[in-house]
Amino acid sequence: MFRMKEKTSISKRRLTFLRGCAFVALAACAIAACSAPTGVQNDAARVATLQEPDTKGAPTSVRLVTGAQLLNTVAYLFGPDVKTITRFPPMERVEGLLQIGAGRAGINDNYLEIYRKASTDVAALVMDVRRRNFLIGCTPANPNAADNACATQFLSRVGRILFRQPLDKARTDEVVGIANTAADTLGDFYSGLGIALETLLVSPKTLFVVDRAEPDPARPGEQRLDAYSLASRLSFFLWNAAPDDTVLKAAESGEILTPKGRAKIVDMMLASPRLEKGVRAFFDDMLAFDDLEVLAKDPQIYPVFTGNAVGDAREQALRTITELLVTERSDYRDLFTTRKTFVSPALAAVYQMPTNSSWMAYEFPKDSPRIGILTQAAFLAGHSHPGRSSPTLRGKALRELLFCQKVPPPPPNVDFSAVENPDPNIKTARDRLDVHHKNPVCAGCHKITDPLGLALENFDGAGQYRENEKGAPIDATGALDGVPFNDPATLGKVLHDSPALTSCLTRRVLSYATSNANADAEVLKYFNAQFGMHGYRIPDLLRVIALSESFSRVRAPESTTKTADAGALTNAAAK
Amino acid sequence: MTHMNRRRVLRGILNGGAVTVGLPLLDCFLNTNGTAMADGKPLPIAFGTWHWGLGIARNVFEPKTTGLNYELTQQLLPLKDVKQHINVLTNFTAFRDSAPAICHHTGWVIARSGNAPRTNGDVVETIDVTTAARIGRTTRFKILAASAVNNVRETFSYDNPTTPNTAETSALGLYTRIFGPDFQDPNAPTFTPNPAVMVRKSALSGVMNDIKDVEKVVGAEDRARMDQYFTAVRQVERQFEQRLTKPEPIAACHSPKALGEDIKIGTEVELVSSRHKTMASLMAMAVACDQTRVFNLYYGGFDHTKLGYEKPHHACTHEEPIDEKLGYQINHAWFTMRSIQAWAEYVKVLADFKEGGGSLLDRVLVMGTTDVGEARIHSIDHLPILMAGRAGGKVKTGYHVDGGGTSIARIGYTAMRVMGLDIPNWGTNSNNTSKELGEILV
Repeated sequence: MFRMKEKTSISKRRLTFLRGCAFVALAACAIAACSAPTGVQNDAARVATLQEPDTKGAPTSVRLVTGAQLLNTVAYLFGPDVKTITRFPPMERVEGLLQIGAGRAGINDNYLEIYRKASTDVAALVMDVRRRNFLIGCTPANPNAADNACATQFLSRVGRILFRQPLDKARTDEVVGIANTAADTLGDFYSGLGIALETLLVSPKTLFVVDRAEPDPARPGEQRLDAYSLASRLSFFLWNAAPDDTVLKAAESGEILTPKGRAKIVDMMLASPRLEKGVRAFFDDMLAFDDLEVLAKDPQIYPVFTGNAVGDAREQALRTITELLVTERSDYRDLFTTRKTFVSPALAAVYQMPTNSSWMAYEFPKDSPRIGILTQAAFLAGHSHPGRSSPTLRGKALRELLFCQKVPPPPPNVDFSAVENPDPNIKTARDRLDVHHKNPVCAGCHKITDPLGLALENFDGAGQYRENEKGAPIDATGALDGVPFNDPATLGKVLHDSPALTSCLTRRVLSYATSNANADAEVLKYFNAQFGMHGYRIPDLLRVIALSESFSRVRAPESTTKTADAGALTNAAAK
Repeated sequence: MTHMNRRRVLRGILNGGAVTVGLPLLDCFLNTNGTAMADGKPLPIAFGTWHWGLGIARNVFEPKTTGLNYELTQQLLPLKDVKQHINVLTNFTAFRDSAPAICHHTGWVIARSGNAPRTNGDVVETIDVTTAARIGRTTRFKILAASAVNNVRETFSYDNPTTPNTAETSALGLYTRIFGPDFQDPNAPTFTPNPAVMVRKSALSGVMNDIKDVEKVVGAEDRARMDQYFTAVRQVERQFEQRLTKPEPIAACHSPKALGEDIKIGTEVELVSSRHKTMASLMAMAVACDQTRVFNLYYGGFDHTKLGYEKPHHACTHEEPIDEKLGYQINHAWFTMRSIQAWAEYVKVLADFKEGGGSLLDRVLVMGTTDVGEARIHSIDHLPILMAGRAGGKVKTGYHVDGGGTSIARIGYTAMRVMGLDIPNWGTNSNNTSKELGEILV
């Protein structure tokens, strides 16, 4: 491997690919990489030779839709201004993803009240006199009474999207009956229709995505998702919303079950502007940006880090991600070395730079310490204390979110007196943490978290740049698993080249797509190799996964037993 | 002949559209002084939980003597005006047996569920949920929960491991939820049933049918989730039913003045305290108006910050040196003192709430838990619990009880027995107990 790295004729992309191969120890991949000639055109040939390992697929699951998924679906039906400010219940983070937690979440009366509130908000907006004429699509003969035909037309159209399959006649009759009875009782067609819409919105057929299996005719004895379940899985994966009319039609006709038909649908979805919402949702989940919803800073210590800055920090990261990875179709690893981003007025104050009165595209200059997504406020402030930075929290986040590793929480009943700060002359975080590293109880975990976090110590707890802490110069040097770095810029480069970065991303995307965190190691290696051979481009990885057997093949669920998950910690426990 | 009751009459009237029905106060269901229901039954007992983060500094928290005449320690000094209404319970243990020690988790989970968690989030039914199943089925909210901390994920109430109960984190949101448009003032001179509520109630049948459809195609574990959903729909149905029924007048119930704007959110202690005080008052009125009989309030304590001090409370417990002269961590003690002060304010709100000849505190029991004992080492022994209220005369107050290292589940078990749950024992493994805390029982 070392010798290969010295060969100057090997392209940079190929070199990185080879490193990835070494990391995952994929024999087939290594053979292909070492024997095939270089060149992009041959990458395609190698992709073609890679075979997806045999898989039994993921267990079928029943997933509660997230608030964002529900609102995205509502926006498809009625437009983006039909929304609710309801704060939906949080999912449990399981194996690093809320999406996996959605497979365990239930609805009790507390939650149902929240979903009901959202449904009445949405129905009221749809039935609003300014919108209803063009949102309902028909006009009742008498606005003060039931209108069976118009209610049927509207509710079957909307119900088909919300339920992700057509309503059968009995269910259509039932919901239309609700609309008619309510309209007659209330003397208003629209009020009646609104109440019927509310019931569709809180139906389990809307709120729970149920995987339905059927025998796979190509593989006797094996199961695959049925057409509607496949449509739903594709759509929530790529758009973070229920399938649209086109995708449902492909399910209705069965086209989606054919390789050609499925590829056509997947390519359409990847080409759609809605892909951006899907990619945003994935990274928002993977990077645990939901934590930012509860982030607060000490206003005396960080007066510039306002509530607006918190929201904008999340938006900045997501805009950076989608611009780079979706619009520009760049290498995922470039996320850690890019200087291109977007800045809002609230963030400009944090970054100590001039700005426009609104969001603007911006590229940090070459001599700027801001390089890569880790030097943006979302990561820096999100993984700090309210009043100071935290190399431990930053290092832990980096290990867990980007490398899929688990850092154990500190145990209780530990006497911290040995690491209490006895010397007020200690000024920098590095010096403070050195005390931890000398204590065997703490050293085990702190040695894997702190060196990474210390590289970002040039950014304070709000993400503002600094060269000194309490007058003492900051030393941002360190090493990631033996590879040294000197500052945030070189840390970004080391991350960029780390095989763990891309293998973790592959794992997370596959888990997110299938709501299963326990894919076979060989399957993960295959997708990781595919990712590498596609230049670590996210849309290509999404396509490979969406068209794979691993995506559509399913098996009966095993009895689920909750597993320990560092990522599932509440904020309190995580610190 | 079919029995005609109020509901039937109202339903009949509803068929003709919205009407206003004047119901004379002669229908008052309370006795003349408001101390009991009209039929002589005592006012309903209610159960509350409260939680503060990061425990105590033992040497300045634990009273030196037990019983009635204990002396308030430095950290308990904020309780001087409410000492007679509370019990201070110290030196209890959360036995984890073979389960791992999960920091900030194991302690409160055992206190509230009697069961040692094996993972973070592994929380079986908590005491508020169990109690609500007994005493909270007939009220508008089976459980009402609020948090002065802006983090919906920090919850101490679980139906089961996959269904944590979230709390309202906005004071304005809490006000609107209780006293907003859906609130029916029990003392309103007229009652106007809302016909839209009636049609919404009947529309729920469609949702129930859908649940049954889904149940047919999912496995056993997911069927349990659908059963839970079904139960939730039934609860909504009951809420609708109540809204179609003229509520019984309640003398002490007064809808509070609307909050003009929300109280600023943040982790700074003054901000949290302000939100906590408002939420405490709203909770008291919600109980007084019989909107709920089980209520949870979370003060916080973990992420709290002190203006100008760089470390939040949690970091402070780990990193602040012990003051050599005083023998404790000064800033940690300050944070804890503010938590105890918040508890005192809450108790005072309940104690000052006049109801009949006494106060709301006469018929409620509030159990205040924390996650650790000695904060500096995050211990799960020497755990304290604060209790307030007399639970309809079943509990004595004013005591300090030393638990002698016994399981903290004893306190939850005692509380549930007081609330009328006929359970012979509670908790698992070393936390299983059938031993009530006799020192505080009448």
